[in-house]
Amino acid sequence: MLRLRKYEEEEMITAKDIRRILLVSGWFMILTLPILGMRVDPLSDNILWRLKNVMWVGLGTVVLQSLPHLWHLYLYLQAGMIRLWHHLMGTPPHKIVEKTAHRDSLINRVITNPRQRAILCAVVLTLTIIYPQVVNEYQINIMIMAFLYIMLGLGLNIVVGMAGLLDLGFVAFYAVGAYTYALLNLHYGINFWMALPLGGIFAGIFGLLLGFPILRLRGDYLAIVTLGFGEIIRVILENWIELTHGVAGIVNIPGPTFFGLGLTPSQKILYLYYLMVLFVVITIFVVNRLQDSRLGRAWLALREDEIACQAMGIDKRRTKLAAFSLGAFWAGIAGVVFAAQNRSVYPVSFSFLESAMILSIVVLGGMGSIVGVILGALILILLPEYLRELSQYRMLFFGAILVLMMIFRPQGLISVVRRKYDIDSIKAEEKEGGA
Amino acid sequence: MSEPILQVQNLTMDFGGIRALNKLDITVHSGEIAALIGPNGAGKTTFFNCVTGIYKPTAGDVFLTPGKGEKPVSIKGLKPNIVTGKGLSRTFQNIRLFPKMTVLENVMIGRHCRTKTFILGAIFRPPRARREEREILLHSYRLLEKVGLAAFANDFAENLSYGAQRRLEIARALATEPHLLLLDEPAAGMNPQETEDLNALIREIAAEGLAVLLIEHDMKLVMSLSQRIFVVDYGSKIAEGTPKEIRSNPAVIKAYLGE
Repeated sequence: MLRLRKYEEEEMITAKDIRRILLVSGWFMILTLPILGMRVDPLSDNILWRLKNVMWVGLGTVVLQSLPHLWHLYLYLQAGMIRLWHHLMGTPPHKIVEKTAHRDSLINRVITNPRQRAILCAVVLTLTIIYPQVVNEYQINIMIMAFLYIMLGLGLNIVVGMAGLLDLGFVAFYAVGAYTYALLNLHYGINFWMALPLGGIFAGIFGLLLGFPILRLRGDYLAIVTLGFGEIIRVILENWIELTHGVAGIVNIPGPTFFGLGLTPSQKILYLYYLMVLFVVITIFVVNRLQDSRLGRAWLALREDEIACQAMGIDKRRTKLAAFSLGAFWAGIAGVVFAAQNRSVYPVSFSFLESAMILSIVVLGGMGSIVGVILGALILILLPEYLRELSQYRMLFFGAILVLMMIFRPQGLISVVRRKYDIDSIKAEEKEGGA
Repeated sequence: MSEPILQVQNLTMDFGGIRALNKLDITVHSGEIAALIGPNGAGKTTFFNCVTGIYKPTAGDVFLTPGKGEKPVSIKGLKPNIVTGKGLSRTFQNIRLFPKMTVLENVMIGRHCRTKTFILGAIFRPPRARREEREILLHSYRLLEKVGLAAFANDFAENLSYGAQRRLEIARALATEPHLLLLDEPAAGMNPQETEDLNALIREIAAEGLAVLLIEHDMKLVMSLSQRIFVVDYGSKIAEGTPKEIRSNPAVIKAYLGE
């Protein structure tokens, strides 16, 4: 009832809104005039006026600005339709609204219900296992890539989503993992399985090293330092030629071995695919367990209020370092897998854009939400692959998504649900303990 | 008189050239309810922040008795989490809950310093970690029942009413198993009924042997609850005594009402 009335009583668009829209559009047209509207013809030294472009800019800004108003109109019409429907059916409208008002989203309702969650997991797992049997190698490779980013996203999710530490240099740990495997293999012939934990541990140590000096920093300052750290690692990889072969990279890295059996190339891809499924499942399992643990709660509390957190007896230093090194550990493992999948590593693979990509996955999906991060990774990795024809617009698309998300769903696709404890069972247990 | 639980000696805190606390001596005994009052800006919250380790005091010393029959230890300059671990817990004047966590989880955070599970325990959940987790849950739930918030256990803390948020802060502070509880204006923003409930709650807490030191502007509450009152003004202690003594103290009347 309330919800209906709200949209019906508010004015949809006022003269003030229209004036603002026109002003902003005009301003945009003036701003873009020199870039889009004028062009110097080098042959005749004449200025060519391309006012049509500027007109499009103006029109575009008007349309974009009216989107919220259109959305409002839609809600208004929807409310009217619901009213009309109930009028025709002779039912009071508030019943329906009460039922729909304030509920968790469908996916959150499913994952908080243990039985439905089990069914969902089973279905998704079955689909993932069948998937490589029905598609070609190219698709499998893309999916492996997506899994890799799910791992990275979930790793960064520990740092950014749970502990609230904005890390813009996450790719540095990914690079450490990848180069650990590449170098250990080059010099000592260490195989994939031995490099896997080593890469993770090495990256984790780097996480600690970075973590110590920046324990006091928060927010923007933390973001800048981590950004710098990410760049430092990349620059070292590019310039320490004796160790890393510089931009030429390290090639001929062997893929993962399977109990010493020889595999054909297509078997190898399949093998890697299932390996990735296993890694992702383990990651989800671990992150899920961390989330509802003493440590996970401490991370959340740290994100919410640092001072209250310390006053409640939480060791800020230990908790932050744990988040940093665990996130880095995961990135390191993903790095080893990356090196094994590509059979080569180059510094260029670890640019800032990669960090931004992983961060986008976390932000788009919903900070702190496992399902959200998985969805975010699938969307941001698979979509560009399947829309290759539009690849020149990729960055535009990327930016637009982020801006729209910030406006309409700042909490991400999937908002976090906290675990609901079963009060009845606590009470029962309490009685048991008392008796 | 029972043994002292908190002894603050000569505590001084300077912010640049401003002396916020000037040679404060305050002693709280175990099992008593004491109050710290004074006009706005007198340095009451600064005193709490110095004692709990959020600020490092410029001079003076702070001793806390960590448990019955134990020797007092200096907690001056220790980190806030260490101080909490030694049995001193507090609430905040401007409520500092964890808004996006549930009410129950807020209290569970308070159990952090009394439990141990870390990374490996969280991932593998050995029997010890499970037991610990259950202990955290039960203990926290009992505290919620005590402050009357059990019905809201699974709601986000930010959705609670103002008075309920204050009570949740008390529950969270109690979860750390303190020997001394510092309450910073617990009744601020509460209606008369809520203040009445708070009065009963603080009495109940004190009856269990906990010492309570509260900052409060609600004089009715202060006078009815406390056995001893300290009055500070401009960072210095200007009076100390029973409610009756304080009420008739000329220095206090001057500080509050002017000449």
